Amino acid sequence: MTPQHPPASIYRTTEGLGLWEHRGKVAAVGVGHSPTARRWDGKPETCVGAWSILALRRAIADAGVSPDQIDGLVLDPVTTTGAYWAAGDPVPLDVVNAFQPTSDPLDGIAKLSAEWIVQNMPELTNIQFVMYGPRCMSHAIVVAAQAVGAGLTHTCLVLKSWHNFEGRYYQGGANAQDAIDGTSAISRLWGTPASYGTAVQFAEYCRKYGKTHDMMAPFISNSRRNGLLFPEGYWAQHRPEPLTTEDYLAARWIAKPANLFDNDIPIMVSAAYLFTTPERARDMRQKPVYILNHASSRAAPRSLTPTLDEVEAETAKTGRKLYEGAGITAADLSFENMYDGFTLFHQFHLEGLGYRGMKFGEALDFYQTDISITGPNPVSPSGGNIGSGRSRFWMHTDCIQQLQGRAGARQITGVKPEIAVSGGPMPLGGNFTVWSATPA
Amino acid sequence: MAKQGVVPDALTQPFWDAANEGRLVIQHCHACHRLQHPPASTCQHCGSGDHLAWKEMSGRGTIYNYGVVYDCPVRLLQQDQPFNVAVIMLDEDPGIQMYSHLPGTPVDAVPVGARVTVIFEATANGQKVPEWRVGSEPR
Repeated sequence: MTPQHPPASIYRTTEGLGLWEHRGKVAAVGVGHSPTARRWDGKPETCVGAWSILALRRAIADAGVSPDQIDGLVLDPVTTTGAYWAAGDPVPLDVVNAFQPTSDPLDGIAKLSAEWIVQNMPELTNIQFVMYGPRCMSHAIVVAAQAVGAGLTHTCLVLKSWHNFEGRYYQGGANAQDAIDGTSAISRLWGTPASYGTAVQFAEYCRKYGKTHDMMAPFISNSRRNGLLFPEGYWAQHRPEPLTTEDYLAARWIAKPANLFDNDIPIMVSAAYLFTTPERARDMRQKPVYILNHASSRAAPRSLTPTLDEVEAETAKTGRKLYEGAGITAADLSFENMYDGFTLFHQFHLEGLGYRGMKFGEALDFYQTDISITGPNPVSPSGGNIGSGRSRFWMHTDCIQQLQGRAGARQITGVKPEIAVSGGPMPLGGNFTVWSATPA
Repeated sequence: MAKQGVVPDALTQPFWDAANEGRLVIQHCHACHRLQHPPASTCQHCGSGDHLAWKEMSGRGTIYNYGVVYDCPVRLLQQDQPFNVAVIMLDEDPGIQMYSHLPGTPVDAVPVGARVTVIFEATANGQKVPEWRVGSEPR
């Protein structure tokens, strides 16, 4: 069982492909989450490997299958939020020895191989298919959906996990050195934080359309409000505080016009889903949620950072690809859960989708209307990364749970949950999924 | 501002050598007649690896837009926070961008759309780097 990297042929990156060949023939059934933490406390039971096992076992139990029915695993071996195990730091042998280790002692602590998972989950006796889905759950979902649809696996676990250690985000390594290599220096000498590129796009958006940063406040408050209704999330578990317009407008800048609350908080967390065929889903515990399509963006900016024109062209293309492969239109969307980490690009996703008839430059005005889970136009009912911490998967969990009718206090009530879309991360370079309560 | 030093590598050596000579050069593909920046070993448009050369630019451009950095991940620059980082579009091809701290421009008072001219500043190890000043004439 050697993990494979996904071939380029699985991705739906262009228009004109028609309906997805596996439309409605892949179902998400089980969901499992670990707890959340701001940073790892150094204990074996809270390392990224342990929490991955916990999330996987919860997904299996939630679906109501026996572990020996599982024949596939898709995961991301990279688990960092931006924190790395410093070279020379001693490896915590008590943690390593608490598990069945692989040849890499940091496996399960600062990274996660499929081999480590299988060795430490002896109940997974029938894994025949293993593939990596790099960077985030959005990618792993595409890989798993295509694999189930193609019959490479019939009952597949999909896992994404994150570790976070002590220390400031991205402030080690080359950023702490007195000199850097010439290739990196072309873009990195100016000291831009991660949200800088999005901040510039947003600044240009405001200039072009006559909008202002404070118009983001209703979206931010809505996201936190929804996040506090997400019992699996970081803010609900550790800091159940509302975020008001005043809080948002008073926050310190990171890369103006991006402030602290426009950036998501890095956390430790794992989530797992169980994907299967509609036929097998009939015997499982939860209502299946069907995948109507997936689409990917592989666009790259012409130069250092994407321009607003490049962003708008690509989000519109993503919307067209999603609708074409799913056989739907924007009018069919019950709600949206596009990515939000950073907040200042969520409107690009919305406008590209044409959500509720939206055109470019209109999203911030839309935010001033009722975008709550009780209204007719829910925006980010998951609360996203802003509402629950950086995982890049709350949006997917929420789509599944909303369409299953078990989103609890977060359940949307102003519109019947039938079809939804989620995905990311970036407008240029992401993976997106259309979910449905019915297979067609 | 005390930028990190630069250690040129094989790919970017001509860019940095030119900067030390007070010239701005950008990679150009003779096969598809396009500029590209950042540099790469092949043309990102046509894929050619045999037709890339360095072409001297006029050193003039326009400010696309900007952000103000208050929380910089680079240690050497943290003492200078907050500071501007603007995106410059080159006259020869507005699709080609360069970053700039815009020396001489007050923080958060960046004139979007203004004309800029390249200058060259020394980094921490003496290697010069292209920077930009608001105004259309070289100083």
